[in-house]
Amino acid sequence: MYDAMLAETITLTGHSGDTIEAYSARPLTAGPLGGVVVIHHMPGYDEGTKEMVRRFAAEGFNAVCPNLYTREAPGASPDDASATARALGGVPDERLVGDVAGAAAYLRGLSSSNGRVGTIGHCSGGRQSFLAAAHLELQAAVDCYGAFVTGTVPEGFPLQVQPIGHLAADLSCPLLGIFGADDKYPSPEAVAELEELLKAAGKEYEFHSYEDAGHGFFAVDRPGYRPQAATDGWTKILDFYRRHLGA
Amino acid sequence: MCTYLTELAEIQGSGKSATGYIPLTTAMVCVDHPQHAPFEHTVNIDFLNPDLGPSARVAVELTEESALALIEAIRAALAAAPPGLASAQPPA
Repeated sequence: MYDAMLAETITLTGHSGDTIEAYSARPLTAGPLGGVVVIHHMPGYDEGTKEMVRRFAAEGFNAVCPNLYTREAPGASPDDASATARALGGVPDERLVGDVAGAAAYLRGLSSSNGRVGTIGHCSGGRQSFLAAAHLELQAAVDCYGAFVTGTVPEGFPLQVQPIGHLAADLSCPLLGIFGADDKYPSPEAVAELEELLKAAGKEYEFHSYEDAGHGFFAVDRPGYRPQAATDGWTKILDFYRRHLGA
Repeated sequence: MCTYLTELAEIQGSGKSATGYIPLTTAMVCVDHPQHAPFEHTVNIDFLNPDLGPSARVAVELTEESALALIEAIRAALAAAPPGLASAQPPA
């Protein structure tokens, strides 16, 4: 089997026509291939996220991760960029949607593209994957334990993002949700609330919640890593994308 | 969880960054995922100087117990020194 791929830093056109940095990985085949926009988590455009981009390419998808902190911290290390973006109030929802739109357009513009694009994000990126799918024409969206898609903001919690469950009716594509049963944000109740909203809106979705897994269980370098849940979760994600992003 | 919580404080002083000592203007405190400390959540304190760019930064990631112990240590050190000794406007 021919399995060569190219992984590299590129630039693409994001929100407001801004040029932003991105990390792209593409199988060196003629295609046609589906594409995946990887939305990095709040700690930034880091090595773990880039590894995920390469994994999707190794599995036969074109993949790209826009650096959502390009504007605040061009060329900075991921942790410095994350701190800078955070001090400035984080990534506005509107800008996130514009940057994902740019990444999706980049993927669809590749000669090997089949025109089908999905999103995936973990933690804050999970919420943003849902957000993007509610505003953009996509073919599949994956939300891995995204906090504050639904749920109640604790009293006194100085939250700078608002729940967006009401956007369920606007989803343009099927949603795969991967959660940990021990997670508090999103809690099993918040996940159930999202499921009800999706049902009420008549949307196609598929949820998997893993026992003995909390927040961030996919991250191999964190104490919350749960190998069985993460391995099965990856299988579910790839199966979902093959069904919805296949030629 | 990503708490999105961020507390900012204006500060005066210096810190040693990766490139040497820099003047500091901003402290940012959040309880969220660390970059390096082997815990799911930590108290993350960033001492920054935004005018000098993103890498003008001194960062620590502490457990809750450590952060509280640090607060107490700072209070104890200040209490042991003459009042105002380390103030930006020391008493005459």
